[in-house]
Amino acid sequence: MAKNFFDKIRPAVSEGGKLHWLHSSVDAFETFFFVPDRTTGKGGVHVKDCVDLKRILIVVVMSLVPALLFGIWNLGQQHSIVFGLDWGFWQKVWYGFVKIIPLYLVSYIVGLAIEFTSAQLKGHEVSEGYLVSGFLIPLIVPVDVPLWMLAIAVAFAVIIGKEVFGGTGMNIWNPALLARAFLFFSYPSKMSGDTVWVGGLNKALAGGTPWKGGEVVDALSGATPLSHASLDGLSAAGTSAWNLFLGDIPGAVGETSVIAILIGALLLICTGVASWKIMCSSVVGALCIGWLGTAFGVTDIPAWEQLLMGGFAFGTVFMATDPVTSAQTETGKWIYGFLIGALCITVRLFNPGYPEGMMLAILLMNTFAPLIDHYVVDANVKRRLKRAKTV
Amino acid sequence: MSDQIRLKKGLDLPISGAASCEVTGRVAPGLVAVKPTDFRGMVPRLLVKEGDSVQAGTPLFADKQHPAMVFCSPVGGKVCAVVRGDKRKLLEVRVQADEKNAAVKFDVPVVSALARQDAVDFLLKTGLWPCLKQRPYGTVADPEATPKAIFISGINTAPLGADPEYALQGDVNAIQAGIGILGKLTPGGVHLSLPSESFSGSEFHKLTGVTFHQFSGPHPAGNVGVQIAHISPINKGELVWTVDLHHVAVIGRMLLKGVYDTRKRIAVAGPSAVNPSYVEVTAGVCMKDLAPWFGEGNVRVISGDVLTGEAVGREGFLGFYHNQVSVLPEGDYFELFGWINPFRSHKFSVSKTYPAFLRRKKYDMDTNENGGERPFLMNDVYNKMLPMDIYPLYLFKACLAGDLEKMENLGIYEVLEEDVALCEFVCPSKVPIQKIVRDGIELMMKEM
Repeated sequence: MAKNFFDKIRPAVSEGGKLHWLHSSVDAFETFFFVPDRTTGKGGVHVKDCVDLKRILIVVVMSLVPALLFGIWNLGQQHSIVFGLDWGFWQKVWYGFVKIIPLYLVSYIVGLAIEFTSAQLKGHEVSEGYLVSGFLIPLIVPVDVPLWMLAIAVAFAVIIGKEVFGGTGMNIWNPALLARAFLFFSYPSKMSGDTVWVGGLNKALAGGTPWKGGEVVDALSGATPLSHASLDGLSAAGTSAWNLFLGDIPGAVGETSVIAILIGALLLICTGVASWKIMCSSVVGALCIGWLGTAFGVTDIPAWEQLLMGGFAFGTVFMATDPVTSAQTETGKWIYGFLIGALCITVRLFNPGYPEGMMLAILLMNTFAPLIDHYVVDANVKRRLKRAKTV
Repeated sequence: MSDQIRLKKGLDLPISGAASCEVTGRVAPGLVAVKPTDFRGMVPRLLVKEGDSVQAGTPLFADKQHPAMVFCSPVGGKVCAVVRGDKRKLLEVRVQADEKNAAVKFDVPVVSALARQDAVDFLLKTGLWPCLKQRPYGTVADPEATPKAIFISGINTAPLGADPEYALQGDVNAIQAGIGILGKLTPGGVHLSLPSESFSGSEFHKLTGVTFHQFSGPHPAGNVGVQIAHISPINKGELVWTVDLHHVAVIGRMLLKGVYDTRKRIAVAGPSAVNPSYVEVTAGVCMKDLAPWFGEGNVRVISGDVLTGEAVGREGFLGFYHNQVSVLPEGDYFELFGWINPFRSHKFSVSKTYPAFLRRKKYDMDTNENGGERPFLMNDVYNKMLPMDIYPLYLFKACLAGDLEKMENLGIYEVLEEDVALCEFVCPSKVPIQKIVRDGIELMMKEM
């Protein structure tokens, strides 16, 4: 049926047709449904592996699903705790669902509109890269972020972060993180503090609406455990390591549950889509600095608990491993991952006013990844030159 | 005892239709073609015209830069067509063999008493020179140059490739004679690589005058370029020559019999091949003569293997350096939700995003692209396919950018398209990597 539809419109969009200018978009939809009938050229390989970018990127999206599902439930859970509501499981899920849908709509509509337009202008096929970025963005921003801000952030990330460099595959910084960084620095009041991470809380505070269970809020204060922990140690934050692991704490939608993230990580590593080297070395880097921190009395938090807090796990698994913005060489990946983990914990330890270091650690290392690679590749070049001289 | 080198990177393509070890046909010399396009860096000057009578060993065209370098007819008969393309570019010289199939009889010198220059002149005169390929760049060897060494691969790991041991059964004496004259051409000696697994059982390991090397591992372990990288990598300013083992036998037959005898056993194989097996043919054989081995329907006939060969069609001709014909179904069909299908059990992938790594079967591969072309995205798939000390992605990007210095620094001298063909096979972005490297090499040849 769909085939008939595409066959019917094919003449209009092919070269010389009335709707030729739309061909990028039509191609994008057609190739979504059908692997095209294009065959290999004369001068290259005649058979090709059946994997394509769509397949790889859909695996990334699937690996994010556990974190998303947990996040949806957790939105309702946190809301009901803070407001003292006696909600059942499905009520919590429904609340979270209703909260998250507008974020996804804005993220995809704005992002894909820009991607399609730019592909049309260049006459390219639409690249699938934004499917992942668009899926990531709602998972790492505060759930109550005003939609117009989100739209601007997405537009910034896609246009300035990606398209000006030539589109998917050419960007320097992870677009999803760029969107979050943009929000963070442009609208700091909406992005940090104690109250932004629980759905509905800011609004209630601003409107002075009284809510049930005010005492609960005083105890929990809707703060991310991280901001408390950085000041008072973990136990003072009223959260156990088990809570951090499970993820039933306030925070950005996707980043709270380490267990859900680990499921995703497992999928990414088993399918070989993301680099286990980056993940491992990032954990090692974090442990090293975390251990140094406790050894020199900078913090009371054991190094391993640092791994469970804040955006570390999410960043390590889904952001640092982005194949475009990470280091490209295998040796470089070890260095790159280690530095991300180390930088993240360093920021946490030495900047109490800004407890979440993961975003900046990754963006910074995105910037330096080409430099790391340069030295790794340069070693290969030197080896080759040396060989030539010794012969 | 020779050194053993185990390679881990690479891939043996699980494609169906491998040739069984039997000769199912002998194609008598008929219509053949010699294609100047098979020889990189050579500008042909035609020496015959349509209707001329030729013998096997009569020059058909010569290289404009080296007039002594001639390219001979493999059969005796009449020049029936001179095919030209755009701008009158010479594409094919076709010769129809007659019943006599006469051959030029050359005077054969005593190899052991031969000076180097005499050996060069003899190979040039007899039309055997084009058997020598030169690296870097994969051109026909320069008769005025002296190579560091000569390398021969006795391993064929290419998908569905002809097994040299079987294809060259009974040619050991000729190969020995060929090695004798090759040894005259270089101070670095002749190097022959054989598979580790069957080294001591191989007929070839009794040869003398060569240095043996043993290789094991998946494709491209049989590629001579990969072997050179592990034996004695090519540095800037160095030249090496490579010869196909079949061509060593052709050179040897000339020395033993005094005639240009290009008969060979080629593998006709692939998912669409009928009765995939070996067939005895003359060099440059027309695919029409092999029609009984091709399946019906929309198939692609490839001279060479499925990774590096040339689609010549049912009426094309076998390439000069090719020892196999691959027959594949064309993949010009739409596949509903192909990339979403969790199993896709009829298609092969190296990527673990498909469960193909759990299956141990051969696939009826076709020519579908399996996706659209995108920019490079994944960065760790290419180096798993190239067992050399090279960063493939960086080399490809240097070729794309046309940056000569970077290409040189990153190892363009050490690779030919065939060595990176597997990178193109696995590329999820469907980038035409062999074309990029070919353009890079051609740019180097022009500028350096």
